[in-house]
Amino acid sequence: MASTLFRTIQIHPFLLYPTALFSRRNGVLYCTMKSSQTQTATQEKQQPPKVKVPQHALKKTVDKITRDYEAIIGIETHVQLSTLTKAFCSCPYNYGSQPNTSICPICMGLPGALPVLNSKVIKFAVKLGLALNCKLSLNSKFDRKQYFYPDLPKGYQISQFDIPIATGGYVDLDLPLEFGGGHRKFGITRVHMEEDAGKLLHSGNGDYSQEITSLTSIYSYFSKHTVDLNRAGVPLLEIVSEPDMRTGIEAAEYAAELQRVVRYLGISNGNMQEGSLRCDVNVSIRPVGQSEFGTKVEIKNLNSFSSINRAIDFEISRQALLHSQGQSDQIVQETRLWEEGAQKTVTMRKKEGLSDYRYFPEPDLPEVILTQEYVDSISNSLPELPEAKRRRYEKMGLSMQDVLFLANDMNVAEYFDATLSSGADIKLAANWIMGDIAAYMKNEKLSINDIKLTPQELAELIASIKSGTISGKIGKEILSELLAKGGTVKGLIEEKDLIQIADPVEIGKMIDKVISENPKQLEQYRGGKTKLQGFFAGQVMKLSKGKANPGLLNKILLEKLNGQS
Amino acid sequence: MKNTSWVLSFPCFETMLSTLQPPRYLSRLPLRGRTKSRPFHILSSAQPVTKTSFAADQSQILSIRDSLLNRHLSAVELTHSYLDRLKQTEPHINCFLHVSDPDKVLKQAQDIDDKIKRNEEVGPLAGVLVAIKDNICTADMPSTGGSYILEGYRPPFDATAVKRLKDLGAIVVGKTNLDEFGMGSTTEASAFKVTANPWDLSRVPGGSSGGSAASVSARQCVVSLGSDTGGSVRQPASFCGVVGLKPTYGRVSRFGLMAYASSLDVIGCFGSSVADTGILLHAISGHDSLDATSSKREVPDFTSQFTSASSLKSRPLEGLRVGLIRETVDAGVDSGVKSAIEGAATHLEQLGCVLKEVSLPSFSLGLPAYYILASSESSSNLSRYDGVRYGNQASSDELNALYEESRAKGFGSEVKMRILMGTYALSAGYYDAYYKRAQQVRTIIRKSFKAALDENDILISPAAPSAAYKIGEKKNDPLAMYAGDIMTVNVNLAGLPALVLPCGFVEGGAVGLPVGLQIIGAAFDEEKLVKVGHIFEQTLEGYNFVPPLITDVGGASA
Repeated sequence: MASTLFRTIQIHPFLLYPTALFSRRNGVLYCTMKSSQTQTATQEKQQPPKVKVPQHALKKTVDKITRDYEAIIGIETHVQLSTLTKAFCSCPYNYGSQPNTSICPICMGLPGALPVLNSKVIKFAVKLGLALNCKLSLNSKFDRKQYFYPDLPKGYQISQFDIPIATGGYVDLDLPLEFGGGHRKFGITRVHMEEDAGKLLHSGNGDYSQEITSLTSIYSYFSKHTVDLNRAGVPLLEIVSEPDMRTGIEAAEYAAELQRVVRYLGISNGNMQEGSLRCDVNVSIRPVGQSEFGTKVEIKNLNSFSSINRAIDFEISRQALLHSQGQSDQIVQETRLWEEGAQKTVTMRKKEGLSDYRYFPEPDLPEVILTQEYVDSISNSLPELPEAKRRRYEKMGLSMQDVLFLANDMNVAEYFDATLSSGADIKLAANWIMGDIAAYMKNEKLSINDIKLTPQELAELIASIKSGTISGKIGKEILSELLAKGGTVKGLIEEKDLIQIADPVEIGKMIDKVISENPKQLEQYRGGKTKLQGFFAGQVMKLSKGKANPGLLNKILLEKLNGQS
Repeated sequence: MKNTSWVLSFPCFETMLSTLQPPRYLSRLPLRGRTKSRPFHILSSAQPVTKTSFAADQSQILSIRDSLLNRHLSAVELTHSYLDRLKQTEPHINCFLHVSDPDKVLKQAQDIDDKIKRNEEVGPLAGVLVAIKDNICTADMPSTGGSYILEGYRPPFDATAVKRLKDLGAIVVGKTNLDEFGMGSTTEASAFKVTANPWDLSRVPGGSSGGSAASVSARQCVVSLGSDTGGSVRQPASFCGVVGLKPTYGRVSRFGLMAYASSLDVIGCFGSSVADTGILLHAISGHDSLDATSSKREVPDFTSQFTSASSLKSRPLEGLRVGLIRETVDAGVDSGVKSAIEGAATHLEQLGCVLKEVSLPSFSLGLPAYYILASSESSSNLSRYDGVRYGNQASSDELNALYEESRAKGFGSEVKMRILMGTYALSAGYYDAYYKRAQQVRTIIRKSFKAALDENDILISPAAPSAAYKIGEKKNDPLAMYAGDIMTVNVNLAGLPALVLPCGFVEGGAVGLPVGLQIIGAAFDEEKLVKVGHIFEQTLEGYNFVPPLITDVGGASA
């Protein structure tokens, strides 16, 4: 039966935050949804060989079945805050540090140690709450969430339970055109502050392939592992969405928008590969037209936007298939893991009733009291956020594709804005940034902040071409020099004598010279082989070292080739 | 005894004691214009350094400072006398879980002597030997909290209170016994030993700070630190006949105090006089950036409240409004205790106080509310003792079993019982009925204390319903033991400061058993407590609160 296909019994209790298992490769900072979508398209074709049903057949059936069902998707996102020190002690946190090098009695949970809140955490939470259009609780508190796990030094996590700092907001976004485009608004249920746990590490020979297949093998796993508490106590904001999303791409775009927002706010690097942005997704389906929700399944181990997209689409198909086969009772409340290699979700643990975390107010920390003045001052200091930026660009007359590209990365958007404020033409500036500059950054693996070309010089370059001081071709040439080495447009033009030749007499002289040096070609041209005009134009351009005004050159060349005998 | 004899006979601690701890054999009636003969008045009249307005013979700490700075006594001599007495008495009372290496202690004393010799500044607590309850972290010695699960554990840091004492020149003489993690009222729940009451070795010293109280009572140290979650400083102070001071919640940093019930825990002080506990409290008080619940309020200089008995007016507490809490002298309170408290109340009236009875109808609710809240918080606070990072770890081949066995073997039965009660009270479906309700009761109690303290300057009550009882007497009757906390838990729930000082005796033991009077003040008004306590102490006549153990052991060794 097809249903058994999906019921792999595997328990991965140590993969709660599985990003830890991935290498420390730095993610490309300049990462767009576009590139991850490309990834989606290619990777979806490489379905694992384990699936016995031919992939295309399954997909066809699934497409048909999924039309009859509606998916309900909600996301819990953990954002690691980029505060200088941890939430409750003065340890710094740097991703990738040697294990247990950034710890102290407080984050180790030693007897007698007490937490003291880093006030930046509240500031960042308020920023995010405002950016997500939430209502802020002027009077909130911390609570203890209690459970035993080796990565949780105190035996409880300091979190917020019944009074989160922010509630009832929403996020606006625009879907990429390749997914049909369109504007979406997704509800935000709550944002609350909490601390991160440590992580379990392999010690010794670095055997990363070991699988935990049963509870009894935990200890053998554990004995080879130590706990790294560097991350314990690092501040997080948990953002819970309303169950407003319906497809994988909507969910992935929601996550991408959160990433943009936290990066715009400067409260997190939002890096999924490093675990700075982690998404747990809840998916259920119901027949179209039904109002009550189906049984929801939680998916963990989602390390990129594209895996969010693919995992959800896989899960929707899996559940729809079970429904259509009358086996909806096989859909149980459980946590499933996304397996990147196999491109499928597998059971991680079944929920045996609701776990009781025995929340109660954290007695070691005073209540969190915000004044309206404090909130207002933060509100007034917020930067222009992605949604506002997109709407502004749209009003400027840019296409949605340009808008999404430019607003995706705050640094790119700032660069663009700075170029415009130096007087550049909107469309030309967008084209340069999205074209040659983006290509250069991609090749050199640089972010826009690393390039040496300033927005002021880009504006100058655009103006120089527009005014005819230099040709477009020369413009492109000096761009690469400006990108790599910096300098000014004017300086380079002077230094290299690149000013366009627009004097007809001077161009005429050069044409005469070329014609007289190529009598054979002239004869052929006049014999009817008019294609040779290009040859002459090229020779003249070469003679002018590329500086001849191409329009003028062609006009005079044509006159001379045709006119004189 | 002649003025010089103590120097010559030193280090005979019998003499030492009488020097530093003048017994209070004074008549109970206040004397008008009396002239008292004080055996060592010269010491205090010499006082070239202390600028306090009262005699140093009312405070061992000030007396030590005078002696050291006048070169009457060296810190090494002083330390020897205490260490000798400690060595002689300790086998009988078992106050300490760890005694500091004598060489190290003497080295610290020598350093102080050297500084004095060089005319360098020494801290106000220089040469003061202090004992620390073992649930308060000390960097250079074990800190077990009286629990097997932390056997051999050495913290990498000093508790803020300990650090402040050391910075002021105090010398830590050792770590005192306690009920495991502070959970108990007899010190019998220690994983390691049972401490005896210096007044009667067959009796408990009270708890949970039994070791700290008994060590001060037996003069093994000058002062000591304890902790008070539901009465753990005040009840043992009462049982051992010493002064115990529980500060306002937030007055003293809890950083380094192993948490039992975080919203109730405070570090408190023991001394053989009100002045000593006041000076000790002053030393450890004040805001600490490592404790978010520590108060930023300024700490007044409590010592300015101490006036010499001889300079007291005839009715020094004229007009002070004192409320005797009716519910604390009701049925269930030992009649001897009741009459001692009535005597103390009369004494206060003679000092000029206006005494009236106040009723706190919510008083009896304090006990159940306390046990729910304290157990709930403890079930959470003790989660960190899981065998993963420190302390005793069971060898087990499975994670859950590792937790289960480490905790099953590591914790004693009283601790387990409270963890279970607390876990139950916080469980889904029970939270509202227990934890939440207990918090509501706490609010009511806080308000009723506030109202009573708006009408009265201080409230008084017994510190415990009985004097010290026999070892083992209530060990198998936890409810009876819990009931003994009735006098003290309300004060923790309200977060108020309270002072316990010996006010009389009941029958029992060889010479009777001390009874403590509890004086409760408004939040952050410790100043008033030590002022009233000091005057009460200085004018209370006819009692000697030095336990017989000292004279017995001293006599035997002499």
